[in-house]
Parts: sequence; structure tokens; C-alpha cells
Amino acid sequence: MASLSPSISIEATGSGVADIRANVARRRRWDVLFAAFGLLATSVGVITLLALFIDLLIDGYHRLTPDFFLSFPSRRASEAGILSAWVGTCLVMLVTAVVGVPIAVSAGIYLEEYAPKNWVTTLIEINVSNLAAVPSIVYGLLALGLFVYALGFGQSVLSAGLTLALMIMPVIVVATREAVRAVPHAIREAAYAAGATRWQVTRDHVLPYSVPGIATGVIIGLARAIGETAPLITIGALTFIAYLPDPPLSTTPPYVSFDWLWSGFTVLPIQMFNWVSRPGTAFHANAAAAGIVIVVLTLLMNAFAIYLRYRLRKKINW
Amino acid sequence: MAAISTAVPTAVHAAHAAPKVKSSIRKLNFFYGHTQALKNIEMDIYEHAVTALIGPSGCGKSTLLRCFNRMHDLTPHTRYEGEIRLYPDDVNIVSPDVDPIEVRMRISMVFQKPNPFPKSIYENVAYGLRVRGVKARSELDGRVEAALRGAALWDEVKDRLQEPGTALSGGQQQRLCIARALATDPEIVLFDEPTSALDPIATASIEDLIISMAGSVTVLIVTHNMQQAARVSSYTAFMYLGELVEYGPTNELFTRPREQKTSDYLTGRFG
Ligand SMILES: Nc1ncnc2c1ncn2[C@@H]1O[C@H](COP(=O)(O)OP(=O)(O)OP(=O)(O)O)[C@@H](O)[C@H]1O
Ligand SMILES: [Mg+2]
Repeated sequence: MASLSPSISIEATGSGVADIRANVARRRRWDVLFAAFGLLATSVGVITLLALFIDLLIDGYHRLTPDFFLSFPSRRASEAGILSAWVGTCLVMLVTAVVGVPIAVSAGIYLEEYAPKNWVTTLIEINVSNLAAVPSIVYGLLALGLFVYALGFGQSVLSAGLTLALMIMPVIVVATREAVRAVPHAIREAAYAAGATRWQVTRDHVLPYSVPGIATGVIIGLARAIGETAPLITIGALTFIAYLPDPPLSTTPPYVSFDWLWSGFTVLPIQMFNWVSRPGTAFHANAAAAGIVIVVLTLLMNAFAIYLRYRLRKKINW
Repeated sequence: MAAISTAVPTAVHAAHAAPKVKSSIRKLNFFYGHTQALKNIEMDIYEHAVTALIGPSGCGKSTLLRCFNRMHDLTPHTRYEGEIRLYPDDVNIVSPDVDPIEVRMRISMVFQKPNPFPKSIYENVAYGLRVRGVKARSELDGRVEAALRGAALWDEVKDRLQEPGTALSGGQQQRLCIARALATDPEIVLFDEPTSALDPIATASIEDLIISMAGSVTVLIVTHNMQQAARVSSYTAFMYLGELVEYGPTNELFTRPREQKTSDYLTGRFG
């Protein structure tokens, strides 16, 4: 009696385990297969990006000297540089950020916190999302009519900055709304219950807690704007500038000047485009070098966005 | 002279004998869109006492509580009908003519789930004062300390007021929320199942706190837990399907319910 039942049960368990293992192995196969496929798919993306970047590096690395950053464009490829282009990029981005960010963030917060939920708001919401998908050259056409001619801003840094601001605003509005929506309702209730007005709730809670998400949207928008070429060519960016706009700050009164807003402009991708379209490998090396600068700038901005999100999120846990 | 000096103590004594009404609910209906969640509620809330709202899930306890600080104004398509009169000034706090901010400055609330702001302990408690425009550091310091003492939290946090409120334990967070509600010297404090997310020890400390608060502030508490209602409250209201079924002193309602529905609920036959 005593010896019989244990031997039976051990045998039964033994074959049971074998069955289970076979079953697991069979199902595991798909795990392994999908993991392999996923790795391959990921590699295609990463390797393509790496290959492109390495190609740029090989072509343009030797041109990345301090002189390259401090020289104006020139008919001689070896003397040409990106001074006017990167200064132009900085000034245009300044206008884009100063105009686009406050308007887009306010709009996003208004839509989420203040606007009554009715069909008008829904219509606006749908349109804003659609605007984010409008091709950038369409913004260029709009800006050509509106800023350059109708408002008379001309082919200036101001027009360029406003064009790109228009272009990135939908992205920032959407990011702002998502960030604002992620603030728990319980926090809003707590603040309202303490006697706060809508504006106080927005200023003290909703806005501060959604800064990580908003900042991410802003940086991704700006990173997109920095590489934009088509709309700026449409509004008449110059391709050869051998001067700098008036500096915004000076040591003599009145210390600040806004003349640079009216200056003609070029930006990095346009300079690059210009060099690519010229015959001769020497200019192509310049184009590659300018490309490296744009890629590095974009990657740095994205890295900063990730860092910011990580740092700020860590401070806020509900 | 002599007549006045003898008359005054008598008057005070009389006031103690008959509990003073802090607020009276008259013919109150409340609607979420077309759904009526409260039906013709009539009820007096007594000053400096704890009143408990009990009843099965979905009967409208939270809905009634949130009428008192006009929290429903944050939800679109909601509508109040009737009156909640607040004394001594006799204003109807659910009237559209009364600003909900004004109401929330007089009546504060503690929620079911602790909801401290992701700010420092100090700023959590000071928030109600800050939105009112109190800036003087000395006044803020004094009232933050008083509120934290009132919430039995001062000794635990006095050395780390600048740490985030979200880093406290669940029970401490709820006491922080109570301190936040007390800091503004409210006339009524509303509690919506304040201990349902807490362990028994934290629950006991919150209950002690609520008992100690009565006497200086009027408390209205929603609870699922009948023992809790019996322990902390002087008056209990039993609600069912949006109606007030029975309301009276807690010991009477629990020992001699007048309505069949109440006794069925108390004996656990439904709910
Ligand atoms: N925002 C809302 N929109 C529509 N109906 C709602 C809303 N909130 C609550 N209700 C309804 O109102 C009724 C009362 O809800 P309420 O939250 O007041 O119940 P409660 O007594 O607090 O229940 P519980 O004990 O589960 O918290 C319920 O039937 C509920 O479905
Ligand atoms: Mg409830």
C-alpha cells in the first residue's frame, strides 16, 4: 500500500512535467521568432540612420574647423563657412519660440481647461490636429501672402520666424493638451475645493505639473523647425549672405535693437541645399559638414527633451 | 444692569440645550443631465457636531456632500434645484447667484483618496491661505502649524516641512489633506469616505481626529462603514435611491430605526 501510491504519483507527475515542457517549448518558439524579427526591424532603422550619419561624417568631417563656423559663404569652397547660416538659424528660432510657444501653450491650456465642451471646441480640436499634418510648403505659401506681402514684413527674419511658429504651433498645442490632460482630476478637485479660481488652479497646478510634457512638445517642434527648408525658400530666403544682421544687444544705448528682425536671412538647411546643388565635390564636402551640424543639433535637442522629461517627471509622483 | 447680567447666562445655556442649526437643506433636487440623483432632500445640519451620511452604493451620498462646496459646478450639465441655506447669514449656497469660490472659502473638503499636491508639506497646508492672498510669512507659519497640530500630524512632520507631501504614508497624506482643509478656518468640513483607502490603524487615528474636531467645526461625513458612523457621529442620515429615508440622532437611528428600509440596511439585508 505504502509503496504503491507514491510510485504511481511520481510517474504521473513525471510525464506531466514532460508534457508541460513540450508545450512551453512549442509556444516559446513564437517568442523567439518574434524577438528575432523585432530586432531585425529595429536594426534596419538604427543602421540606416548610422550609415547616413557615418557617410556625412566621412564626407564632411575634415571641413569642421573653427573657420567653417566663422566664415561667410564664398565662391571658393575651401573658404566658405556657415557663419551667416547658423546665426540666421538662431535668430529665426528665437522668433519662432518667442511667438509660437506662448500662443500654442495658451491655446492648449484654454482648450483643455477653460473651453466649454461643445461642437465648436470639437471642431477646433480636429482642425488643430489636422494642421499638424499639413505639408510645410503650404505654410510657406500662406506666409508668403500674409507676412511677406499683406503685412509687409518682407523677406525677413521676422517673416521666417513667424512662418515656422505657425508650423510648429499645432504640434505644441497637441502636446500641451496631452500634458494637461495627464494631470489627475483629483489634484484639480483638491485645488478648487481649497477655494482656488480657475486661473489659480491653472497657474499653481496644471501648468507646473505639465511642464515636462509641454517642454518635450516645444523641443520636438523646434527640432522640426530647425531642419525646415521648403517654407523658407517659398518666402524668399537668401542663399548667399555675406553679412550678419545687426546684433540684438549692443554696448551703447539703447542696448537692444530689433533691426535684425527686418534683415534678410538664410538658415543652415538652406545653406546646405545651396551647396549640394553646386557642381564639384569640394562644395559637397561643405554640404556634408553643414548636414553634420544640423543632425547633431537635432539629436542634442531631442536628447535634451528626453532628459528634461525624465528629470521633471521624477520630481512629480502622484 | 442686574437683569441683563442674569439674563445672558440663561440665554447661553438655552442655546446649548437646543443644538444650533448651521445649515438647512430645503427641497433639494440635483440632476446629472436628465438623471435626477437627489430627490427633495430636507434636512438640518447641526453646528459643531458630526453628521454622517450612510446608505448603499449609488444612493447619492457623495452627490449630496458635493452640493455643499458646489463641486458639481466643475461637471458640465449638472443642475441644482432648491436650497441649502447656510447660517448665520442665511445664504442659499446652491443658488446660481452665489459664487462657488465664496462657498468653497467657507466650506472645505477631504476626499476619499488622499490627494496631496506634489508640493512640499508646508505648501500643501498653506495653499488655501495662499489662494486667498495671505503672504505674510509669520501668519502662514502660524496657521500651517496650527492646522498640522489640528490634524495630529505636526510632531511627525515638523522637521521635514519642505519635503514633498506625496512622500508621506497613506494615512499621513490623508491627515495632511485634513490639515489643508482646516488651515482656512472653515465653517463646515466635508469628508467623503476619508478612510476607505486606509488601513485600520490609520483609520482609527482619522476617526479620533474627526471626533476631536467636532466642537469647533461642523462636520459632514459620508461613510460606507456603519461602525464608523456610530463611532464618530452625533446625527446620521440614511439615504436610499437619491432620497433621505431617515434622519436623527445616531444612537436612536441605530437602535430604534423608524423606517423598515433603515433597519433592513442596518442589519445588512441589502447594500
Ligand atoms: N458624473 C456623473 N454623471 C452622471 N451620473 C452620476 C455622476 N456621478 C454620479 N452619478 C450617479 O448619481 C447617483 C449617485 O451617485 P453618488 O456618487 O452620489 O453615490 P454614492 O452614494 O456616493 O455611492 P458610493 O457609496 O458608491 O460612493 C448614482 O446613480 C450615480 O450613477
Ligand atoms: Mg460616493
